[in-house]
Amino acid sequence: MSAVIENHHDDHHHGPAKGITRWLYTTNHKDIGTLYLWFSFAMFLIGGAMAMVIRAELFSPGMQIVEPEFYNQMITLHGLIMIFGGVMPAFVGLANWLVPMMIGAPDMALPRMNNLSFWILPFAFFILLSSLFMEGGAPNFGWTFYAPLSTTYAPPSVTFFIFSVHIMGASSIMGSINVVVTIMNMRAPGVGLMKMPLFVWSWLITAYLLIAVMPVLAGAVTMMLMDIHFGTSFFNAAGGGDPVLFQHIFWFFGHPEVYIMILPAFGIVSHIIETFSRKPLFGYASMVWAMLSIAILSFVVWAHHMFTVGMPLAAEIFFMWATMLIAVPTGVKVFNWVATMFRGSITFETPMLFACAFVVLFTIGGLSGLMLAIVPADFQYHDTYFVVAHFHYVLVPGAIFSIMAAVYFWIPKWSGNMYDERLGKLHFWLSFIGVNVTFFPQHFIGLAGMPRRYPDYALQFADWNMVSSVGAFLFGFSQLLFLFIVVKTVMGGKKATDQVWEGAKGLEWTVASPAPYHTFSTPPKVD
Amino acid sequence: MSGGSYYVPDQSRFPIFMAFSLFLLVMGASSTINNLDDPTNNSVYILYTGFGCLFLTMFFWFRQVIKEHLAGLDSNQLKQSYVFGMAWFIFSEVMFFAAFFGALFYVRTFAVPWLAGEGAKGGAIEAIELWQGFESTWPVMSTPDQGNEFVLADKSMAWPGWDHALEWLPLWNTIVLLSSSVTVHIAHLGLKNGNRRKFNIFLGITVTLALIFVGLQAAEYYEAYAHYGLTLNSGIYGSTFFMLTGFHGFHVMMGGFMLAVMLARSVFAGHFEDHDHFGFEAASWYWHFVDVVWVMLFLFVYIL
Repeated sequence: MSAVIENHHDDHHHGPAKGITRWLYTTNHKDIGTLYLWFSFAMFLIGGAMAMVIRAELFSPGMQIVEPEFYNQMITLHGLIMIFGGVMPAFVGLANWLVPMMIGAPDMALPRMNNLSFWILPFAFFILLSSLFMEGGAPNFGWTFYAPLSTTYAPPSVTFFIFSVHIMGASSIMGSINVVVTIMNMRAPGVGLMKMPLFVWSWLITAYLLIAVMPVLAGAVTMMLMDIHFGTSFFNAAGGGDPVLFQHIFWFFGHPEVYIMILPAFGIVSHIIETFSRKPLFGYASMVWAMLSIAILSFVVWAHHMFTVGMPLAAEIFFMWATMLIAVPTGVKVFNWVATMFRGSITFETPMLFACAFVVLFTIGGLSGLMLAIVPADFQYHDTYFVVAHFHYVLVPGAIFSIMAAVYFWIPKWSGNMYDERLGKLHFWLSFIGVNVTFFPQHFIGLAGMPRRYPDYALQFADWNMVSSVGAFLFGFSQLLFLFIVVKTVMGGKKATDQVWEGAKGLEWTVASPAPYHTFSTPPKVD
Repeated sequence: MSGGSYYVPDQSRFPIFMAFSLFLLVMGASSTINNLDDPTNNSVYILYTGFGCLFLTMFFWFRQVIKEHLAGLDSNQLKQSYVFGMAWFIFSEVMFFAAFFGALFYVRTFAVPWLAGEGAKGGAIEAIELWQGFESTWPVMSTPDQGNEFVLADKSMAWPGWDHALEWLPLWNTIVLLSSSVTVHIAHLGLKNGNRRKFNIFLGITVTLALIFVGLQAAEYYEAYAHYGLTLNSGIYGSTFFMLTGFHGFHVMMGGFMLAVMLARSVFAGHFEDHDHFGFEAASWYWHFVDVVWVMLFLFVYIL
């Protein structure tokens, strides 16, 4: 206790602690951001390896290398790991690193809880992955874990899955409360709401969505647990419940969840495009309002995932129109990004390449989403590879490209070193080609009727599946190059200037590179 | 808030200890639940260890936070962060209950009538002669499948009519919990006016009322299981009834425990000042939240 008081005055001068305890006991937002980012990278590679297994199996028709049972476990874990272990922690890591620096705060608002939010994750994913070695195998019901597949017919490991989702949810809720409180309470004087950088805005909205829907997910898995082990009938029609109820609750969580995985990307891309266009962002206020509209609409569109379960017609029509409405604010954003580039003096460094690819490819994913929103069309597309192509277009060249763009954009600020521009561009082009070769053909085989989640398929889908698999291997192995580039940059390289990029604006570019362990000890001046 | 220098806490062991405790807790819980019918399985001890570690970590963590606060280390900004943090935590709890209320509204409005053959969708069920003889009522005392998978109840917990109102436990529970919200508010007023005796007495009354509520709830559960045959196995009415009231009861216990800790801090350690008592205030917010949830339960689970 006395140590706390004595240390108080020289808090701002000491650097990180020595040894492993720096990472275990840290309360520093940069350390925790780094932990989150490395954790998500590890999960990205594990989930990616599972995707390689899937694509290897689908390389040609017939059963090739894995049993159908194991294939089901792979698609389930691939989805869960990429969403809860890859994309979400990566965005939280970026929020940890960037939000305090962007708003002139000393750290996150609740630094110890911040560390707790991170350290729950390795344990949660240890539990989830260990289910691979349990009797009956890992969860095999798809990442959406629809009842009764995930209740009546689930392997015993479902209990471990349920509890790991519980603690992941607790981690997300605490992390989000931290972000919201930081943004609401820790802004330096002069950083008004409508002066906040867009990444901060995007995370404020994302964190709000997370706090609103993660508890709903906790409720859903709790009902599953009770149905499986304690005789309740929530998802059991024989007892007066309804399996479709599970889908409603799940997607009430699930649809805001997919925006949780894209809103921070909107923020990142806005920063990168304005920096490399050397122009102020076009339509800042409309960007904020667009994100708010998307967030609010995300609560009233969930049932567009369930058009084929037999909902009443009025519900189908309502959810169709509500979903299509989302295209309006999204269109505003795409328009603004393009308008920002218009007549800018653009250079195409690696982050900008990823950001431009984001704008184009995310729009493709958005448009296929619009196709899926049309009820009669969805009756045809539902549960085909068209859906797989759609959400991989918004998640891989959407969310993941934005994360990679963010890493290239801010890594000079984090490490103090410039990354290797040539290798970065090589990584971009390999990823860009890989992603499109993987997922574009999936539109075709989906429209032709290939269902998702099967380890085998009819012969007419063979050619495009082979193309898709080749693209997947290209994309997958290119990420080892990404790992190499990141490690190389952290180890050394050309020293970065404080501003790093010629057009960079914002508080984080005013501090030294690498950013000092404690960025601001007093509130910075902002006009 | 402006001008002063920022305060950042030192490294702390608590977070990772707590994460590890949670890990033990959920590993123990999963393993215990998966082996409920195996009496030789002793993973319940992992569950207990996890729970014990969690409790101890939280105890020492909160103790540290209180000490830092009393030592004057907390800036006004940090105090404000606690206020915002608690408010958002309560919002997340609201959403947790929303999931269960949503389930209740869904089964009452859609699932049960459809299963009984009402409406266009029910017509499809009727047409294939599934679940014949199942009637849509609420509380629904039968299940669509009449097999012995379910233990049907003879009686529900719903409003028994004015003649029996006084022997109906939920009414007393409502009175107890609503009064406890008033007493905690009086305690708060006492504290604000510097009247510690009033604070202690009324907080003590609140904690007592919380205990009475939990006792009544236990009596109600006993009645349901022993006399009505209403259990978790009684189909969707039992499921929603026990899950909603059960989670509420669990939150009452947590809120009551928080208030009891605040009472102990005030009585034994003399904590809280008239202008500086957010620990208590947070607990009282939580208590009011629990109260509001009960009002919703009373309306939608018991009365309507």
